[in-house]
Amino acid sequence: MPKRTIIPFGPQHPVLPEPIHLDLAVRDEKVVEVIPSLGFVHRGLELLVTRKDFMDMVLVAERICGICSFIHGLGYCQGVEEIMNLQVSPRAKYLRAFWAELSRVHSHILWLGLAADAFGFESLFMHSWKIREKILDIFEETTGGRVIFGVCKVGGLRKDIENDVLERIRKTMDEIEADYRTIAKVFKEDYSVKHRNCGVGVLTADEAYKLGAVGPTLRASGISQDMRKIGYGAYGDLNFEPVVEKDGDCYARTMVRVREVYQSFDLMRQCIDKMPEGPVDMKVTGFPKGEFFSRLEQPRGEVVYYIKGDGTKFIQRYRVRTPTFANVPPLVKMLGGCDLADVPVIVLTIDPCISCTER
Amino acid sequence: MIEKQETVEIKPEELQTKVTEAMAKGYRLVAISCTKLDYFQLDYTFDCNLSFLNCRLKLPLVNPEIKSITDIYWSAFTYENELHDLFGIKITGINIDFGGKFYKIKEVAPFGKSITIKTVEGKA
Amino acid sequence: MPINPFVKMTATIIKSLFSPSACKMYPVEKPVFYANTRGHIAIQTDKCTLCTLCAKKCPTYAIMVDRNAKLWKIERTKCIMCLNCVYACPKKCLTNENQYSSPVTVKTQEVFNITPPAPAQVAEPCGQKETTT
Repeated sequence: MPKRTIIPFGPQHPVLPEPIHLDLAVRDEKVVEVIPSLGFVHRGLELLVTRKDFMDMVLVAERICGICSFIHGLGYCQGVEEIMNLQVSPRAKYLRAFWAELSRVHSHILWLGLAADAFGFESLFMHSWKIREKILDIFEETTGGRVIFGVCKVGGLRKDIENDVLERIRKTMDEIEADYRTIAKVFKEDYSVKHRNCGVGVLTADEAYKLGAVGPTLRASGISQDMRKIGYGAYGDLNFEPVVEKDGDCYARTMVRVREVYQSFDLMRQCIDKMPEGPVDMKVTGFPKGEFFSRLEQPRGEVVYYIKGDGTKFIQRYRVRTPTFANVPPLVKMLGGCDLADVPVIVLTIDPCISCTER
Repeated sequence: MIEKQETVEIKPEELQTKVTEAMAKGYRLVAISCTKLDYFQLDYTFDCNLSFLNCRLKLPLVNPEIKSITDIYWSAFTYENELHDLFGIKITGINIDFGGKFYKIKEVAPFGKSITIKTVEGKA
Repeated sequence: MPINPFVKMTATIIKSLFSPSACKMYPVEKPVFYANTRGHIAIQTDKCTLCTLCAKKCPTYAIMVDRNAKLWKIERTKCIMCLNCVYACPKKCLTNENQYSSPVTVKTQEVFNITPPAPAQVAEPCGQKETTT
């Protein structure tokens, strides 16, 4: 029996954009046990809610993460609106869905680039990020920011998009989708991509569900679960089916994201088609009193916000459970028994967002 | 109204049976949250095909202790270690115990203490 | 198994080879900013009434208002361009300009002399009352 060796992985590692530490217990080339540890970027943003005006807190909520920032703000706003019983205007709902889907496209293409980089396909990485740049330009044009948008507020939106701008964005989207098709083909069919990803880090449907995996990690194992199906915001009126793959390996997880980008483009087109007229903002009076678990679908999976207000200016508790936090136990299971050389690819396929996880 | 959210108030002793029931019904563990009020309010949140279930129990502020549910839901260790590290709640019988090293933070149980507000220069 | 592993990427690579650079040739070609782009905060010094709402709303404490000396100060390196002050301003004298503030080597405060408009003379006792209560 060969001896067990502990190999530290992270917090600084070329495939990791953010710090997570894994202790890999290795026997020969096989990983036998994994102990994750977090806490390198813990900022205590949850506690900040007790001394920030609840209207201003959305700006902090957006800054939990740089990639899914819009959906973090949206989740907070929806939760507070639910507590205060505010009816947001339909146009604001559709615009929120539009921006949320655009964020999803941006996040998935960013991830596809990072994944390509992780399995050593540099030029694919460059091409993915080239496409992403155009999406960031749309964000900058409509919201003013490329990463942190600051458009969502309790009771609606701060900015509206003119209808002719939306039509122009639709044309840009067609161009982006055409570009994306060429990249997606490489992810789908290329020999080296398949060779690196197929059969690596397999998570069965039963395991994935029991371990509480969320988002693309769960859907790649064949379980159709998408929080957008609850029908929050405008999603109740939009037509879509969750993207599901069967194999549960790294390739399936990549494919789920590749296909979700098309789905998001489709949802954005539906939003533009059905965009109602009307105001986007409303006056908010009073303070939130009550509690709500706000659940949304982020690019990485289900996110849960627990918001509890006690009728004062400050919210009592704001708890965020981000998708990566739920995906850590499945990751531990996936890594058990894999080759040491596959560890970076597997870690990346859950789309780890550590700043999210630690708030 | 986005969705109906059901909250069941339980006693700390009933937790194991309630969670076993939820597991048998095919529920997925969504989150374990803690809120510091005059007591610690623990929320065990479950989900099954988008239907929501929340079990709520109260723990005293002094020497809070709860039995781990990791025997039933293996993946609960992340949440329970978080409870221990951020709120100082003692969890017994946990499968992977980080012993307070899950979050690498300087202060012990920062969320369980009462908050002291430091004034910043230029702001009253 | 395909014969040539590079086949899937070939068309894209050849296209990139003969197309112009995807990056902006920065100093030659200036970047385009949109009307919405959050560049820096500008103030109309003749409209400001020194109400200090912007300083109170600022999450990073970048703005400081001196009522007695009639000064409005902003520390550009602290500002995160959340535009909270712009939305909070009752006189709409703060605006978002789409040019980024210029890079600096030393952190300094930018100071503006405020010349309050005529009605502010009436408003001033009200402001003093606020400070005494």
